[in-house]
Amino acid sequence: MTSVLTVQEVRINEEIDIVHVRQAVREVAVSIGFSLVEQTKLVTAASELARNTRVHGHGGEAKIDLEKADDGTTTLRLVFTDNGPGIADVELALTDGYSSAGGLGLGLSGARRLADEFDLRTAPGEGTTVSVGFRARKPARG
Amino acid sequence: MTAGTGQNIRDRVAQFLKENRSDIERAWATTPVFTARRPADAAEECAELLTGLRHVIETGGEEDPSAGGLATVRPVLASLAARSAGGPSGSDRPDVTVLKGPLLRLWREQDLPEDIVHSGDLVLSNVLNTLRIALLEIELSAGTETILAQRAQLTELSTPVIKLWDGILAIPLIGTLDSTRGQIATESLLEQIVAQQARVAILDITGVTAVDTLVAQHLLKTAVAARLMGAECIISGIRPQIAQTMVQLGIDLGEVATRATLADAFGQALRVIGLTVCPDERGAG
Repeated sequence: MTSVLTVQEVRINEEIDIVHVRQAVREVAVSIGFSLVEQTKLVTAASELARNTRVHGHGGEAKIDLEKADDGTTTLRLVFTDNGPGIADVELALTDGYSSAGGLGLGLSGARRLADEFDLRTAPGEGTTVSVGFRARKPARG
Repeated sequence: MTAGTGQNIRDRVAQFLKENRSDIERAWATTPVFTARRPADAAEECAELLTGLRHVIETGGEEDPSAGGLATVRPVLASLAARSAGGPSGSDRPDVTVLKGPLLRLWREQDLPEDIVHSGDLVLSNVLNTLRIALLEIELSAGTETILAQRAQLTELSTPVIKLWDGILAIPLIGTLDSTRGQIATESLLEQIVAQQARVAILDITGVTAVDTLVAQHLLKTAVAARLMGAECIISGIRPQIAQTMVQLGIDLGEVATRATLADAFGQALRVIGLTVCPDERGAG
């Protein structure tokens, strides 16, 4: 049995909201004792996915969940949801160097490499939900 | 609304406010809203606030914080709000709800029929609630204005181009590099490369909290633009956690020279322009 606690939800509409997402994520990561390297990975992945939500999904929402498993491990999960056009070719979207927006084409694939768990649900016209999980290396206190 | 807030009640309340002006002002001056002020200023503000409120009640605008009726009290509210903005915490924030108690007490002391007292209570409570909302609105908009002004200042301040030596420029990038700030940083660096005939430009990212693909792309574009203008670009200040993250993200800075610290980058820049640093022979050593 895994208990899930939604810590924070952030709307993503403007460029400045990406900064809000990053700050919220960093705050939560610090509170459960993530190391500096883990924090940086987490914040960078959040930044990529939040920007995708804004640019490709035309805005949406970020949710920060804390999952506590029975064995004591804590997973910080970020769920980005938008109601945008969706992704037609998921494999292509996850290919390094492919970008439909003139970027480096590493955002989505890079976020997948940074995270411990990665899940992408999308269909043309049905929006996109990306979920990334980062496991705390040691059981969180409290 | 019932006849309770009818015009005759409003007139009666307005009359009460006029007749008992000095009592009310005296009672208000002792509340926390005004005690921090010099007595003369407090008396003046109380009088202004009271006159304004009377006008609001006379014109029937006591339930609408955006109404023109409240325009007469806005100058006083703005001064109250400005005072709270200066304080470090919310502890000395003026809370106009404390004005309600003394006002209602004085109103109830009037020798009036019970239904009028009751209706008047309602009018006075409403007008003070509205006053409180108006004050909050002013405080919030003052906060928003401050944030906007500070953001504009940050955009400009955060991108100074520093001349380290003849032909060597450095630009320390700090905080969050969104597209606007990144663009401004690039532009000012390229301008300075021309103005100072620089041969080396150092982009220092020690103060950047995270390098995502957008920031990386920006750094790369700046480096390419600088190279097109004949200047070599060095990116410095890549901290361990950022280096690890960049590798996993798959970012390759390619041919752009990188250094761990600004000092290393400066050393490299000196070599590029053909200078060496050597100990002074006349020195103590």
